[in-house]
Amino acid sequence: MSHEKTPVIKCENISVVRSRKEILCDISLHANKGELVAILGPNGAGKSTLLSVLAGDLQSETGNVFFGDKPVTVVTNRELARLRAVLPQRVTVSFPYTVAEVVEMGRGPKLGANDEDLVESAMQRLGVAEMRNRLYRTLSIGEQARVSMARILAQDTQLLLLDEPTAVLDIGQQEKLMQIVRSLVEEGRTVIAVFHDLNVAMSFADRVILLQNGRHAASGTPRETLTPETLSSIYEHKIDVIRVNDDTGPVVIPGPRKN
Amino acid sequence: MSELRRLNSRTVAIVLSIALVIVVFNALTTGAYTIRFGEVFTVLFQGPAETSDANSISHAVFWNVRLPRVALAIVVGASLAVAGVVMQGVFRNPLAEPATVGVSGGAAVGAVIAITLGLSKITLGVQIFAFIGGTLATAIVYGLSRVDGKTDVVTLILTGIAINALSGALIGLAVFIADDDQIRTVTFWSLGSLGLATWRAVAVVLPLAIIGIALSTKFARTLDLMALGDRSAAHVGVPVERVRLQTIAIVGLLASSAVAATGIIAFVGLIVPHILRLVLGPKHRDLLWSSALLGAIVTLLADLAARTLLAPAELPLGVLTALIGAPFFLWLLRKMRTSESTWS
Repeated sequence: MSHEKTPVIKCENISVVRSRKEILCDISLHANKGELVAILGPNGAGKSTLLSVLAGDLQSETGNVFFGDKPVTVVTNRELARLRAVLPQRVTVSFPYTVAEVVEMGRGPKLGANDEDLVESAMQRLGVAEMRNRLYRTLSIGEQARVSMARILAQDTQLLLLDEPTAVLDIGQQEKLMQIVRSLVEEGRTVIAVFHDLNVAMSFADRVILLQNGRHAASGTPRETLTPETLSSIYEHKIDVIRVNDDTGPVVIPGPRKN
Repeated sequence: MSELRRLNSRTVAIVLSIALVIVVFNALTTGAYTIRFGEVFTVLFQGPAETSDANSISHAVFWNVRLPRVALAIVVGASLAVAGVVMQGVFRNPLAEPATVGVSGGAAVGAVIAITLGLSKITLGVQIFAFIGGTLATAIVYGLSRVDGKTDVVTLILTGIAINALSGALIGLAVFIADDDQIRTVTFWSLGSLGLATWRAVAVVLPLAIIGIALSTKFARTLDLMALGDRSAAHVGVPVERVRLQTIAIVGLLASSAVAATGIIAFVGLIVPHILRLVLGPKHRDLLWSSALLGAIVTLLADLAARTLLAPAELPLGVLTALIGAPFFLWLLRKMRTSESTWS
């Protein structure tokens, strides 16, 4: 065993019950510095709920979430904002705020001295600096997603929680965004993200956790975990994992269709 | 098209300040008795004590009628406009306004009940009841019109209609029971007027307005962040529930003290912030003070029109603001319905 480090975030034995329905049952998860952990699973598996629990939005019935050594229950709202940033699936902004103003909102209630630099570099990094004076709500969904990501980045937290960050992006934008996310991880940040697209997880995640009906189904490195057998069983459909060539990683595709 | 043209906030401040001074002078000199421009300074420097020299009528009109009325118009207009800005910010909706959603109605009910119970002799008795009525109405509207952290426009307006109908009925009932000459007419409360302006009214409303406006500026940044929606606002560190309660209390304070003094003057809180959002953008730091200025200007102008258009008769001020405001409201509603993104 190597030297044990405290994970940036961990949760233990999380269970969530809503209207008598068990949405999450006994889920444990952790993420270290410089790690991208992907939460995967079919629709309704509880992925977004798990992310809400990790974000501190939702109190679980059992178990607890820890930021470092601190349980989330003793962390104030403002402290939480310095520990983690959250990217929801879609953000609508009421009133005609500009891109620059929206990104700046990532800096929270009290603006400080170096906030301008953080906002500027976040906009540069996501390639939204040129549209700084455009109104957020006139942007395309893909552009809005990038601006929201820039806002999350401007929050400048160690931990980023992303709920399907690539869902509305085309394949080119998706690759660009994931390369940015990956570079953040290489710089030592921690990312936990929900993905719908298994191939994104396969290419970019360090570890994956697969949920099925609110329960832990499998976890580990993507290549070990995302196997045809496991995926076929969880998604209830024949799924293959193939290698296209030596340069790309394995690719997940649906199994042969009967005609 | 989406590139924006916004005016510098300093330019807007200068223009609005100059406009306010001009409108104030016009309002002071114009009326049933004309005070000449030069006389304004003479009587102003004579001070409020009675005089017996040549301009004694001008002096009396200036100090006892015009100046308190102008002062009250400024204070009430500023309060209503700032209440509108704060309300739209927390509701995340440009249609929220003290009068249209029933807050002013609630405040008017409170004020009328206080007067009926004979509490008008107690200092701030009417204001406290108006505050309770107004804040209660705000809380009810807020509670009923929110679905999944957003304010649903249809529910918001329907709730407003219901609360306004209820407050209209309660005011009518109280006036019917009271037969108190302090409640002059139902019209005063439901249509609003600055005709009863006295220094005493100014002395009560002014400190409440200053407190309310000063407190609301503390929330400028927070209101910007609320535009992200409850969840994302919380994620960047806004204590959403607490902010909501505090801002509702501020709206209650501003709208109710205004209503207690002048009755319901509708749409100032709707039109003023909307115009300034087009000019300055939606950031609340600039929007709040500029709305206070423009609110004062608009109310002064409307009152000036109300007392001069059909002179010597005086139009109820609320009728005038509604004549301009209601079509504007409909236009805004229609505009929002055609651009889907503004629904939330």
